Amino acid sequence: MNQENKLYTVTIYTENNIGLLNRISAIFQRRHINVESINSSVSEIENVTKWIMVVKLSEEQIKKIIGQIEKQVEVIKAYYHTEDEIIYQESCIFKMKSDLLFGDSQFPDIIKENNARIVIVNKQFFVIEKSGKKEEIDDLYKVLSTYGIMQFTRSGRIAITKDEMKISTMLEAFQN
Amino acid sequence: MDTKTIKKETNTTQTTERISGSEAIIKCLLAEGVDILYGYPGGAIMPVYDQLYKYQDKIHHVLTRHEQGATHSAQGYARISGKVGVAIATSGPGATNLITGIADAQIDSTPMVCITGQVASHLLGSDAFQETDIVGISTPVTKWNCQVTKASQIPEAIAKAFYIAKSGRPGPVLVDITKDAQFEEFDFKYKKCKGIRSYNPIPKLDHKALEAAAKLINKAKKPMIVWGQGVILGEAEAQFKAVVEKAGIPAAWTILGASAMPTSHPLNIGMVGMHGNYAPNVLTNQCDVLIAIGMRFDDRVTGNLATYAKQAKVIHFEIDPAEIDKNVKTDVAVLGDAKQSLAALLPLLEEKTHPEWHQQFKDLYAIEYEKVIKNDIHPTKEGLTMGEVLQEINNQTKGDAAIVTDVGQHQMIACRYANFNKTRSNITSGGLGTMGFGLPAAIGAKMAAPDREVISISGDGGYQMTIQELGTIFQQKTPVKIVVLNNEFLGMVRQWQELFFDKRYASTEMTNPDFVAIAKGYSIAAQKVTKREELKDAVAKMINTDGPYFLEVCVEKEGKVFPMIETGASVSDIRLE
Repeated sequence: MNQENKLYTVTIYTENNIGLLNRISAIFQRRHINVESINSSVSEIENVTKWIMVVKLSEEQIKKIIGQIEKQVEVIKAYYHTEDEIIYQESCIFKMKSDLLFGDSQFPDIIKENNARIVIVNKQFFVIEKSGKKEEIDDLYKVLSTYGIMQFTRSGRIAITKDEMKISTMLEAFQN
Repeated sequence: MDTKTIKKETNTTQTTERISGSEAIIKCLLAEGVDILYGYPGGAIMPVYDQLYKYQDKIHHVLTRHEQGATHSAQGYARISGKVGVAIATSGPGATNLITGIADAQIDSTPMVCITGQVASHLLGSDAFQETDIVGISTPVTKWNCQVTKASQIPEAIAKAFYIAKSGRPGPVLVDITKDAQFEEFDFKYKKCKGIRSYNPIPKLDHKALEAAAKLINKAKKPMIVWGQGVILGEAEAQFKAVVEKAGIPAAWTILGASAMPTSHPLNIGMVGMHGNYAPNVLTNQCDVLIAIGMRFDDRVTGNLATYAKQAKVIHFEIDPAEIDKNVKTDVAVLGDAKQSLAALLPLLEEKTHPEWHQQFKDLYAIEYEKVIKNDIHPTKEGLTMGEVLQEINNQTKGDAAIVTDVGQHQMIACRYANFNKTRSNITSGGLGTMGFGLPAAIGAKMAAPDREVISISGDGGYQMTIQELGTIFQQKTPVKIVVLNNEFLGMVRQWQELFFDKRYASTEMTNPDFVAIAKGYSIAAQKVTKREELKDAVAKMINTDGPYFLEVCVEKEGKVFPMIETGASVSDIRLE
């Protein structure tokens, strides 16, 4: 099996229970593995929570981790995918000084070229939102940092798979 | 992708009655068939203790002397009976004192339900007196846990707790119940848990995998089985024996698998692992098919993985999918419950005997006997050995006793030399290696199996870690037999210091108290043996005493356990001296 470390996107379908975050993060912590990002939200199935985690591991390691995650009683199913098996986005927001918009501003072009948008403008500051791949966000960050960023936050990755997730049929089988 | 096959059942108990949360806890326990539990009272669990007082004719609460003792007693109870052990404690230190036992039960797959009291829900997070985040603390060492803040949540939480603890690969669960939930009244009804949609305790048996396994076994010239506790937990002893006998396969056990097949069985070739037997360790690296059944390739079993059974095709019968390929890469994985899988395997197997292969085990046993075993169990030099004490116990109990051990040299010696006729007779802390496990575990074991002879064997180190449980034995009049093999050292650490740290005995020498006087302080009949000629009578006296008995045997100070696979060495490089 491939021993080389790669970026994997982990998708976990779970019950929506208190303490599960702790239980899942403990699996990584115990093995001294850093989690690149984590996102939790509702899923396409009612009352089922979906977690998206990004980790850098070898395939052998990620397989074992998935086994440990699935072993948790309240985890319905866990999957791992490589970058080319998924469609993913990250989102970020920048807070910038409003002065930058005045005069001979390059900002309308920067925003357009980067497929970003302005969320709010007031006298003191304005906020730019950008969704896309990590690299695109990094690029915009580089550009904007030359102007001075007042605040910046980026979300964890959200992802869906190109292939079908067979979890719904699995849950139906339980209900029948 | 797996498909869940468990179906939800809806057989609700019809009657509802208005009772307090604390009374509901007792009624839930009774509905789960609990008649004994181990624990220690305190502020946040007092409403439950008040109900235990009310229900004392239906459910027996054993007051241990420390909450750790409560968990180990519950473990001993579970290990000998197969039933779920129950431990109960208050919040804060009461709850944190359970952790060692919970971690032990987790790594050794022991079904246990722990119930802890918690501060009232409005105080959660306020650093209230005896508040601790026990759900957070216990998360990595429990199979499942939850916190209950309303009385109405109690029945479902406890029903799930018992179901999860016992089903599939068993393990410990913890239910933390706030004090206000214990006081609150609600309409109680109880429904046993029959399934949880996110949890598939027994994977479906794959017949193709089974056929592939049978094909490999039938073709094998030098097959070898290593079985673990899965055979016992799955109650698959009969099916296992049938498979071993039909296919004529030499079978070795991990420490937790001991006693699933009688010691005297001709195909039982002994223990694998660090202090296991010579033949099964050496021949692990010569077999052509290695069949692992209900075991998890612990590092103490495999030694260096890079040189472990590389020549063999590996078949792994296992209930927990996360164990497949975790440590050793398998060629065929047969997921499922051991009883079902082995029963389905049996008709696919051809009858074989493999006499030449068996002879190899016998030849290596002869070497081990000459170099190690003879000197351990029939020593001629001065100084009692741990092995001869075990041999004397064998002679007098005829292998019918349940042996409960602690952790260290005595544990390895007991596992190597104790004779077992019946399953569930070897109760020990395997994975976690918890010193102090033995004495309280023996209490639980004796209570679960009062008709069996239960002998606790400890070293002088571990014994003193939970020595206060003599108080429990005294109060409960539990007729356990306690043997302490006293070498005035933390023997296993001392052995490593001798072998790998140039005999620098850092903090391993023990200045011990008068153990006999301590036992007598608890009104436990006691004796100390220092000479070989006293041993036989002393063991006889211990066994013939109706109540509890304490026997201290002063053994040679610097005895060592051999054979031994050094850390990082290959199983086939096992040392005999």
